[in-house]
Amino acid sequence: MSQMTIHLKIWRQAGPDVKGAFENHTLDTVNEHMSFLEMLDVLNEELVVAGKEPFEFDYDCREGICGSCNLVINGRAHGPKRLTAACQLHMRNFKDGDSIVIEPARAAAFPVIKDLVVDRSAFDRIIAAGGYITVRTGSAPEANSIPVELEDSTFSFDYAACIGCGACVAACPNSSASLFTAAKLSHLNRLPQGEPEREKRVIAMVEQMEKEGFGDCSNFGECEAVCPKGISIASIAEMRRNYVKATIAG
Amino acid sequence: MHVIVVGTGLAGASASASLAELGYKVSTFCIQDSGRRAHSIAAQGGINAAKNYQNDGDSVYRLFYDTIKGGDYRSREANVYRLAHLSNNIIDQAVSQGVPFAREYGGYLANRSFGGAQVSRTFYARGQTGQQLLMGAYQSMMKMVNEGKINYYTRHEMMDVVVIDGIARGIITRDLVTGELTRHSADAVILATGGYGNVFYLSTNAKNSNVTATWRAHKRGAAFANPSFVQVHPTCIPVSGDYQSKLTLMSESLRNDGRVWVPRKAGDNRPPNQIPEEERYYYLEERYPSFGNLVPRDVASRNAKQVTDEGLGVGETGLAVYLDFRDAIARDGKDVISAKYGNLFDMYENISGENPYEVPMRIYPAVHYTMGGLWVDYNLMTTVPGLFALGEANFSDHGANRLGASALMQGLADGYFVIPFTIGDYLADAGVSTIDTSHEAFASVEKEVQERIDKILNVKGDRTVIDFHRTLGRIVWDNIGITRNEKDLKKAITEIQALREEFWQNVKVPGKATNYNKYLEFAHRVADFFELAELMAYDALDRGESCGCHLREEFQTPEGEAIRNDKDYAYVSAWEFKDLNGKLETELHKETLEFEFVEMKQRSYK
Repeated sequence: MSQMTIHLKIWRQAGPDVKGAFENHTLDTVNEHMSFLEMLDVLNEELVVAGKEPFEFDYDCREGICGSCNLVINGRAHGPKRLTAACQLHMRNFKDGDSIVIEPARAAAFPVIKDLVVDRSAFDRIIAAGGYITVRTGSAPEANSIPVELEDSTFSFDYAACIGCGACVAACPNSSASLFTAAKLSHLNRLPQGEPEREKRVIAMVEQMEKEGFGDCSNFGECEAVCPKGISIASIAEMRRNYVKATIAG
Repeated sequence: MHVIVVGTGLAGASASASLAELGYKVSTFCIQDSGRRAHSIAAQGGINAAKNYQNDGDSVYRLFYDTIKGGDYRSREANVYRLAHLSNNIIDQAVSQGVPFAREYGGYLANRSFGGAQVSRTFYARGQTGQQLLMGAYQSMMKMVNEGKINYYTRHEMMDVVVIDGIARGIITRDLVTGELTRHSADAVILATGGYGNVFYLSTNAKNSNVTATWRAHKRGAAFANPSFVQVHPTCIPVSGDYQSKLTLMSESLRNDGRVWVPRKAGDNRPPNQIPEEERYYYLEERYPSFGNLVPRDVASRNAKQVTDEGLGVGETGLAVYLDFRDAIARDGKDVISAKYGNLFDMYENISGENPYEVPMRIYPAVHYTMGGLWVDYNLMTTVPGLFALGEANFSDHGANRLGASALMQGLADGYFVIPFTIGDYLADAGVSTIDTSHEAFASVEKEVQERIDKILNVKGDRTVIDFHRTLGRIVWDNIGITRNEKDLKKAITEIQALREEFWQNVKVPGKATNYNKYLEFAHRVADFFELAELMAYDALDRGESCGCHLREEFQTPEGEAIRNDKDYAYVSAWEFKDLNGKLETELHKETLEFEFVEMKQRSYK
């Protein structure tokens, strides 16, 4: 197993109201089987041993499903590999001597907490505004009483796959959360169970998204390109159509 | 009435939503930046329910029976029956929430089979069942947050439970962003904080999963049950190096179509595709002809260890076996296999750099789930009145081995359908007095928490938290892992005590307590793992039999099958914390298990 030398340029920021800057580090014990985050673990261990502060970054499952990690690597949310969250990116995608720039997911609605950690609580509030189907515990009918066409179920799933990492926001020149919001709408609205709240849902979620300070969508398509789950921007068109329809109908 | 819920996985989120709907004032806490990150999200394979949609003879009784048998007769009959009964309601609830379960062409729900069962009762959402069920529960919870019925705290860690006059009255939390400690009082406290698999350092658990909430509750009086019952999952991606931070699970559902084998000859290092059929040892199919590759997890893991111990392992380290899809692809075509497991195959390729459509996967067992946890009664209350434990945090339903697709079922049964009823019963009779956080008990517990944080930061030693954790993990894996014996367990106890001593003398924690500091979070979690590890060893030592995941080498047949001892060990071990003074002082209480409906038999999957 050959060792690689990797040059890192990482964002350091003590807190939300403090100015940040890049810091340079070189690691010469990287190997191809390491995950990108394991490479950062190795750097952090070196820093701790040397009596320096490690870099803070969000992570949890390290299986690409919890959506905690959201590094911007060489200018691209989650790094160079398509359909891959930063935690599932492995160092075999880089080569010996590479320089890598690591930044937080920058957006006005995602203030930096420390180093590479940002506050994504705006996403929680968008879901809270309407990203659900109202069904009290215990009041559900028998599961097979409402068949769902396979096509609708599959469509719905493709959007339900969103992990809420915020890469779409980081990649968007407008810092729009349209893909995140639209994915939830496409997931719930296509199902017969989601039908009754369809109009109310789209209005509430779109308005919450605006209130949080996310920008609007200008069809750049950057969000779809970086989404680790391959969520399609077709959902954004559908969201806009449904929003207009709902506001007129309402 | 005010209820605190700690944790937002399936159990915590479903409990929060359901209690808020009933009119309770709820405060919900999680350590991640959002409730949606909880580790339930990573469950891949599915959730069991006794719907009998396949008309293959399934029933509530059969699910109950399979779960009792799968747990090797070390779980409580009544709890398991209730779980089997509630399984159907969970599917109804989830479908109504918009969980996109797999469906047939006709639009009705699909099922698949899972280990330890001969009926097809597992509902699934591609390989992301946990994610989809969690989103259903999380969205229901967020709705109640929006309605002002739930106070929702993210990036908050529970540091201790406040017990007043013998009953749980609140918690102390630490804001992980500012470091601020806060007191929260309530009429009851629910812990839904998951399992403690990370005591092994390497496990399939998320990096932030920990024992701190349940362990600190234990030190305040809650008995800890069956701590040595740890599930080692047979199909994970093998370890590749020292830098490894976690292990990745490949869903058990893969064993529906993948065949597990090793070369018949030790040291056969030909590429797998060049090894002819007759020189392949399909050891699960040969040893267990009726269940074959679908034997329960404990049996599959132990057999993998046996064949690698015999030198038949594959890959660079020899600590792996093959999981081969060649025959399934030849039979069903690549498209069918890809539709079933595409995301798992992609994940495998991402991590290993090999294409499982072309070469067999290399897999090895890894710690995955802990059946042990806080002791609870039928109402899910711990031995501390007013303190409840839900989901993986309790011990109640899986005995000595959990069957696949049962964790999601239990977490949601506890949260949606059990606690909403049982907590009301407690509150109606308890006559809980009115107190608030100005009570002196809150000040005193907060002070203890602060002192502990200061103490860890002030050691200023030479060895990092991760280094200590990795070393502890190796001791636990080597001695309290897939197999155990008296000699090694005793050795482990001494090693754990010595390492714990060194930790408090020599740990090096960077940064300060007043801002975001993940290494400080890890430091106090690892400190708790040290104490838990010692208890796990005592528990494994006490249980002089083999059952489920717990294989004591002294108690096995010549073929390596477990020998259970129902006469002396048909009990739940419930450990009471006494003191910690270099050594863990603890007292064992036994809850005798009585079986009224199921006859205790030697488990056989042959």
